[in-house]
Amino acid sequence: MSEFGERLLSDNARKRTGADRLRALTFLLVPFAAILFQVYVPRFFGFLAYLELPLLVTIYFALTRRQPISGVLFGAAVGIVQDSLSQQLIGMYGIVKTLVGYFAASVSMRFDVENPVLIGLLSFFFYFFHQFFYWVLDRALLGHNTVFDPQQTFIYGLLNAAVALPLFHLLDKLKARA
Amino acid sequence: MESFLNRYRNLTVLLVVIAAQLLLLAYQVKTSQDVRLLRVWTVGTVTPVTRVLELVRRNTFGLFEDYFVLLGVREENRHLHDEVGRLKMQNHFLTDELGTADRVRALAAFQERTPSKTIAARIIGSGTAANSAEVFVDRGNSSGVEKGMAVVTPDGIVGKVVEAYPMASLVLLATDPTFAAGVVSQKNRVHGELRGISHGNCRIEDVQNEQKVEVGEWFYTSGYDRVFPRGFPVGQATVVRNGAEGKEIFLSPAGLQGGLDEVLIVLEGVHQLIPEQSASPEMHMMAPPPPEAAPAGPSADLTQPGNTDADKLKSAYKRIGDAQGHVFGEGAPPNFNIKVNGNPPPARAAKPEAEKAEPGDEEGGEVHLEQQDFSRQDSGAAPARPATTKPGAPKPQGDATRETQ
Repeated sequence: MSEFGERLLSDNARKRTGADRLRALTFLLVPFAAILFQVYVPRFFGFLAYLELPLLVTIYFALTRRQPISGVLFGAAVGIVQDSLSQQLIGMYGIVKTLVGYFAASVSMRFDVENPVLIGLLSFFFYFFHQFFYWVLDRALLGHNTVFDPQQTFIYGLLNAAVALPLFHLLDKLKARA
Repeated sequence: MESFLNRYRNLTVLLVVIAAQLLLLAYQVKTSQDVRLLRVWTVGTVTPVTRVLELVRRNTFGLFEDYFVLLGVREENRHLHDEVGRLKMQNHFLTDELGTADRVRALAAFQERTPSKTIAARIIGSGTAANSAEVFVDRGNSSGVEKGMAVVTPDGIVGKVVEAYPMASLVLLATDPTFAAGVVSQKNRVHGELRGISHGNCRIEDVQNEQKVEVGEWFYTSGYDRVFPRGFPVGQATVVRNGAEGKEIFLSPAGLQGGLDEVLIVLEGVHQLIPEQSASPEMHMMAPPPPEAAPAGPSADLTQPGNTDADKLKSAYKRIGDAQGHVFGEGAPPNFNIKVNGNPPPARAAKPEAEKAEPGDEEGGEVHLEQQDFSRQDSGAAPARPATTKPGAPKPQGDATRETQ
């Protein structure tokens, strides 16, 4: 191989390493920012409390990675961090988001998840599933007498789906740059 | 086995991760022990960032506010050249400044006034739990904050510390459904248990229907929960009604009304007295007593029969009737325009004498009749004129005279 060829290869390898690092950083920073948003922003804009950004980020990464194992681990990590930032038992959000990560990744292997309509539908469905399954776990495992409001969850699901479209677009652009 | 696991690798990982989390949950429930290290790591990662964000937000907003205020002042200076305009702007600016400092000053004043040892803290974030009301404050173990400490503002209680981390603490607000505190009403001293409900309200439980609680009545902490010292204001009852399992009392917590920014964490609580209810501004004014009834020592005691205005009026009518030989309830009414000028002793003093008298003579004094304003008939100062004695009436003491003009 010529000297030029070797230099080209090493340059490509360096670029690839840089891109991988950036991707890994995005992989860490985006969920962190989503959790930070959930902790900090509703203090000033109470109406934004309905936004479940960690869930949307979990769905996004599961859909784009198309690897159920990766979706499971990502969902579990985000859920456990969310649990840690509240007084509830650790594992509640973890289990629910683990399932969301798994199912979202499984769906992405069978359907074209680039379609915005499908993204909206999936976001709505997974939000509803997330809230409903959390309520089931809360009642079944912990015996809490919490109330599930289907109407409110339906509306919040639609709002989260509406936010998911531009958010996923933004994250796509970030990913393309990385 | 290996091929089976390889074939169902995704499902296996899912099951393993879920099983691990279920075990973690079971461990926490079974031992009632928290996985504290995990929380410390997470809170230690997230709260420093929220602190920085808060710092940046405060400084940036402060800068923008200053900038716009200055712009406003410049605009006013351009357009208003007279002294009145300038003074108005100054006044406006100072009012804004005072308003901004007001909350902090109130907190500091309350901190000095309250006997409990407190530490000021700032809200830096909210909890992530669904259907719950929690906030993070920027004080933790390093500042002496511990789990179970009360959190208050000068207006009332806010909540309690449910987790204390090195640099931050998680506070459960009074409106959270899992929150509970012992409370007592100010006026009727009715004890109950404060419980959070959604939508920023609380309810008071364990109050019987027979117990008296009024709408608008203040509730204070009772001190029985061993979290809140006795005597901190909680809020005013907004709805009070009888229910199937006891009185239903709803209350809006006073400490959470104006939005939360700074709070006080009670490090060492000291019980205080529950303040007495202040005099109502709608209290009825009582007129001073009439001049003739005001002095007079024991005879002025209106609780005794015969000493009220109605009694005096009744006896005056009776004297007029007796003077004219009229029996009330029969025939035409007597002439009320004549003056009966007698010397009846005060009711108390007259009583023993009246007891000595024969039945039928209840006055036992001299009776004078004059055609005079009736309102003066009871003065006892009218000149005595010749009068006739009431027929058939005994005279236990002195003469009873009657004169008809």
